[in-house]
Amino acid sequence: MCGIIGVIDRGRKEMDGSLIRRALSLMKERGSGEGAGYAVYGCYPEFKDCYALHVFFDDIHVTKGALDETLRRWGEIVHDEEIPTRDQPNLRRVHTPWRYFFRPDPKMMSWSTSPEDDIVTNLVMSVNTEKKGALIFSSGKNMGVFKASGWPEDVADFYRIQDYNGYLWLGHNRYPTNTPGWWGGAHPFNLLGWSVVHNGEITSYGTNQRYIQSFGYHCTMFTDTEVVAYLFDLLVRKHQLPEDLAMKALAPPFWDEIDRMEEKERELDTAIRLTYGPALMNGPFAIVVARPDMMLGITDRIKLRPLVAGENGKKLYISSEEAAIRRMDPEVGKVSMPRAGYPVIGRVES
Amino acid sequence: MAAYRIDAADLSYTQLNQIIRARVAEGTKEIEIENVLGQRFIADGLKGDVRITIHGVPGGDLGMFMSGPTCIVHGNAEHAPGNTMDAGTIVIHGSAGDAVAHSMRGGKIFVRDDIGYRGGIHMKEYRSKRPCLVVGGSARAFLGEYMAGGLIIVLGLGTGPAISERGIGSGIHGGEIFVRGEVPPHLLGVGAKISPAGREEKERMAPLIGEFAGYFGLDGESLLSEEYVRIAPSSSRPFANKYVWE
Amino acid sequence: MSIGAVPPRYRISIDRDQCMLCERCVESCPYGVFRSSDGRILIDSRRCTACHRCIAMCPRDAIDLKERPVDYRSHPLWTREIRESIYTQARSGKIILAGMGNALPYPVIFDRLVLDACQVTNPSIDPLREPMELRTYVGKKPSRLEIRKDEKGDVELLTKLSPNLMLETPIMIAHMSYGAISRNAQLSLARAAKEMGTYMGTGEGGLHHALYPYQDRMIVQVASGRFGVDIDYLERGAAIEIKIGQGAKPGLGGHLPGEKVDEDVSSTRMIPVGTDALSPFPHHDIYSIEDLKQLVRSLKEATEWKKPVFVKIAAVHNTAAIAAGIARSSADAVVIDGFRGGTGAAPKVARDHVGIPIEAAIASADAKLREQGIRNEVSLIASGGIRESADVAKAIILGADAVYIGTAALVALGCRVCGNCYRGLCPWGIATQREDLVSRLDPETGSKQAANLIQAWTHELSELMGAAGINSIESLRGNRDRLRGYMLDEGLMKVLDVKTVGA
Repeated sequence: MCGIIGVIDRGRKEMDGSLIRRALSLMKERGSGEGAGYAVYGCYPEFKDCYALHVFFDDIHVTKGALDETLRRWGEIVHDEEIPTRDQPNLRRVHTPWRYFFRPDPKMMSWSTSPEDDIVTNLVMSVNTEKKGALIFSSGKNMGVFKASGWPEDVADFYRIQDYNGYLWLGHNRYPTNTPGWWGGAHPFNLLGWSVVHNGEITSYGTNQRYIQSFGYHCTMFTDTEVVAYLFDLLVRKHQLPEDLAMKALAPPFWDEIDRMEEKERELDTAIRLTYGPALMNGPFAIVVARPDMMLGITDRIKLRPLVAGENGKKLYISSEEAAIRRMDPEVGKVSMPRAGYPVIGRVES
Repeated sequence: MAAYRIDAADLSYTQLNQIIRARVAEGTKEIEIENVLGQRFIADGLKGDVRITIHGVPGGDLGMFMSGPTCIVHGNAEHAPGNTMDAGTIVIHGSAGDAVAHSMRGGKIFVRDDIGYRGGIHMKEYRSKRPCLVVGGSARAFLGEYMAGGLIIVLGLGTGPAISERGIGSGIHGGEIFVRGEVPPHLLGVGAKISPAGREEKERMAPLIGEFAGYFGLDGESLLSEEYVRIAPSSSRPFANKYVWE
Repeated sequence: MSIGAVPPRYRISIDRDQCMLCERCVESCPYGVFRSSDGRILIDSRRCTACHRCIAMCPRDAIDLKERPVDYRSHPLWTREIRESIYTQARSGKIILAGMGNALPYPVIFDRLVLDACQVTNPSIDPLREPMELRTYVGKKPSRLEIRKDEKGDVELLTKLSPNLMLETPIMIAHMSYGAISRNAQLSLARAAKEMGTYMGTGEGGLHHALYPYQDRMIVQVASGRFGVDIDYLERGAAIEIKIGQGAKPGLGGHLPGEKVDEDVSSTRMIPVGTDALSPFPHHDIYSIEDLKQLVRSLKEATEWKKPVFVKIAAVHNTAAIAAGIARSSADAVVIDGFRGGTGAAPKVARDHVGIPIEAAIASADAKLREQGIRNEVSLIASGGIRESADVAKAIILGADAVYIGTAALVALGCRVCGNCYRGLCPWGIATQREDLVSRLDPETGSKQAANLIQAWTHELSELMGAAGINSIESLRGNRDRLRGYMLDEGLMKVLDVKTVGA
C-alpha cells in the first residue's frame, strides 16, 4: 500500500511544495516510513535548457570524480552543486544528493533522431547498471525528483521542498513490500521528462522488464515501478504512440470487449494487444505519470487500487484518496473516479 | 438533547474513536463530527444506538464491524464503508469508493450518488439478518460479485445509466440486485441471470426505496413505479461443476 | 539358442474365483495373450504389452498384471534394458526401434520448478468471477505500430498485421499423422480442437477427406517426405508447418512401413498401396538456413501470404541460435520439440540419447530472441513432454506462447503409454489402421474426452494465473520472476533465468 498524489496547473501557475507535503502527510497510513519523494516541474528556470541530473553519491570523494569525467566525455557540465538538505532527526543520511545541469553534445550520437535524449538515457542506464556508488535518479529538464527513505514530512523537510516552485507536482509515500526501502527505491521514478509514482505491485514485472530490456533499458532499482517509466519512454517517445493508445497497451480492454467493438476500433485494439502484449501491466496498480506538458493517472483494468481525480479551475488533482486532494485544496469541485484502465489526462495549455 | 460536537481537525482516527466510544458509553445518542478529513475506521466495531453525523470526507472502512449505530455522512466516503458491518445504518450524502458494503452481514447503506468498483461484494445473509445497499447514482464493474445474500438497488439517477461496466453479480449465489432501467446481458457476470422485476419484487424494494427517498428528499412512489430488472443467482452453487475428486 | 529367452516383461494372472469366463479379455487383446480352451482362459504373458485393454474391459476386475515378474541380478550399470538390448542386437544385428518418448530416467526439470502465488502485497484473482484471458495469438507480430492521428483526433492504423491463429487456450494438439494414428483418433482430436477453440496438426500424412470439416482448425505439415502435399492441401490448412525435426529422433527421418499403407492411407499420403513411406533425414531442398527461408516464402507465396507458416525443430544443443535464424526467415512461429517428445517409432538410441529437454530449449530460445530484440515478433511453441497444466504454465513462463500436446492427448483417448505404437495393433484404436481396432475408438466419445482434458487444463491454468495475480496470459509469458528452481544446479538456473527457492 502506498499513497500517491499529483497536481498540475494547466495554466502553468506555480505552486510551492508546502501543499503537497501536507497532502502526502495526510496519507501517512499508506506508508511505512521507508520511502517518500516528490517530483516538481518548472523548478529550475535558470537552467531550463539543461538536463538536471540528480545523483545519489555513496562516498562522494571516491565516486564523484568518475562521474564528472563520464559526463564531460558526453557533453558539458554547465553547473553542479550539492542539493541543499537539512538533517532531520528521523532520517538517516546515507547518500549525498548532488545535482548537475548537463548539456549533452549531440554530435556524440549524430545518427539518432533525438541524440540528446538518447545520450542522457544511455548515461542513466550505464551509470546505474555499473553500480559504482553513483545513482542518477532524476534526469529531466527544468524538473527534479527529491526522494529518500523516511516519512513524507521528513523527506520534504530534508530537501526543504517548500522552497521549490513548480506547476506540476507528484508525491509518493511508500510502504515497500518486495524490496527493501532504500533511497533509490523511493518514488517518483524518473527518466528524462517522465516521472512515475505508483501504488500497487506489478505482477507482470518479469515480463515487462525483460521486454523493455530488449530495447536497451536496464532496470536497476530493484522495484517494479521503474519499468513503468521506461515503458512510457518507449511507447510514447520512441514509438510515438499517442498517450491514450500507449495506455491501451499497458491496460488494454478485455478481448470480449474488443470483440464487441466496431471493426476499425477492433482492428486497432487487436493490433495494440498483439504488438505490445509484453508491455501489458498486470496486477494491482494506480499510477500517476508526469511529463513537462501533461499529467496522467490510470489504474489497472480491474481496479485493484484506488484513484480519484478532482478539478478546480486550471488545476487537476489525482490521488489515492479524496481527503488528500481536499487537504491541498478545500475548494476542489466534484471528485470523481476514473474508469478502470482508462486514463485521466491533464495537459498544460499551449 | 443537543448533539455532542467533535472537531476532528488534526485528530487521528484512534483519538476520534476514543471520544466517540466514551460518549456512547455515557449514553450520548447524537454525535456531530466536524472537519473530518481522511480519518479511517470511524465507528469501527461500535455498538449501541447512537447517531453520528459526519461532516467532511471520512477515510476508508467507515462503520466497519459496526453493530447498531447510524452514521450520516455529509460528503463523500472513501473505500469500503460498511465493511463486514453487522447492523445499523450508513447514509452518505455524496459518493463512495470501491468495495462498498464488502462482506456486509446486516444493516443498511444508502448512498445518494455513485459507488466505485465491487460494490456489495460478498454481502451475505443469515437468518433474520439481511444487508441492504441502495445507490442513487451509478455503480461500477463487479457489482455484487460473489454475492451470497442481501439486496442491492441501483437507481441510476445521475446522468448516465445505472451500470455500464462488466461483471454484475459475477459468482452470485444468493441475494438479489435490482437495477433501474435496462442492463445489457453482456454486462452480467458468471452465474447471474436477469429478469424484469414484477410486483412481488417491487414489494420487497418498496420499504428501502421509501427510506432512500426520505433521506434525500425524493418521491419514493414515482421512483418505485419505474421499470427495474432483477439480477439473481442462476444457482446457489454456480461452480459445483468445476471440480472432480482425485 | 545360446542366448535363450529373456524373462517375460509382464506376467498376467487371472483370479479364477472372480473370472466368469465372459471372454472379453480374449476379444480385447489383439496381441493374443488370452485364449479360451475347454472352459478355461489360457494366458501367454510373453505377448503382453501392458496396454491394459483387458484390465479395462474385465467386468470382474479379475485380471492382474505384474511388471518384471522375474528379476535379473540387480546392477546399477548393467540394467535390465541394457542387457536386453544387447541380446536383441546380438541376435539380429539391427537398430532397435521403440515407441513413445524418451525412456531414460533423466530428471524432469518441470518437476524441479515451482510456481509463485500472491500473498498480501497483491491480491490473487478469482478466475471464475473476474475476467481471465487465455486467448493467444500465434503468428508474426509487428515490432511497433505506426499510427496516424488526424486533426479530428481520429486514429488510423498504418501497420498491417500478418495473419495469426487465434487460440482460446494456449494448448494445441501436436502433429500426429494419419497412418501413425487412426482416422478415428484424428477425428476425435480435430473435433476437440474445434470445440475448444484451438488447433491440431496433421502430421506428415496428408489430410484425409473425413477431416475436411475441421480443416480451419488443422495445421498442415510439410515434412521432408512431402507426403500428401499439394496446393489443395496447403490451401485447406489454417496454417502450415514445416517439420525439420522432432524431439523423439532429432536429425532422423521417418519410416511408415508398407504394411500400414492401406487404401485410405495411400490416398491421403498420395503414394501407392503397400509401399514404404520414407521421410528423408533432411529436406533435400534445405541444406542451410537461407534454404529454409526459401521454403517458407514459397509456401507463403503459394497460399498468397494468407497463412502463418511454422517451423518445427527438435530441441538440440544450439536450439536458441537456430530459433533466432528461423525467426528471421519470415516464419511466423518456431516450434521446439523437446527430447521427451513422443513418436510412433524411433530408433531407441536416438529417442533416449539425442536432444535436450524442452524446458532448457524454450528458455534459451526465448532469451536469445529477446537479446536480438525480436522476441515478440515471432511465436514460440513448446512441445515434447507436456504432461499436465502445471507444465503448460511453466513452459509459458519460460517463454513459450503456446504448447503442443501429443502423448497427453492420446492418453485422453485411452492410450496407456505401452509404447508398442509401431506394431500397428493398438488395442485402443489409436495407433492402428486395423478396421476392427479403429472402430473401438468412437470419435464422439474420444473428442469429448480430449476436449475435457483441454478444458480441465485451461481451468487449472486460469487458477494458477489467478493465484499469481495475473489475468492475461501475455503477462505470464516469459515472466521468470514467478518461477523458482528447487534443487536445480546453478548452471541450469542461469539458463532458465530463474532464482532458487527462498531467493
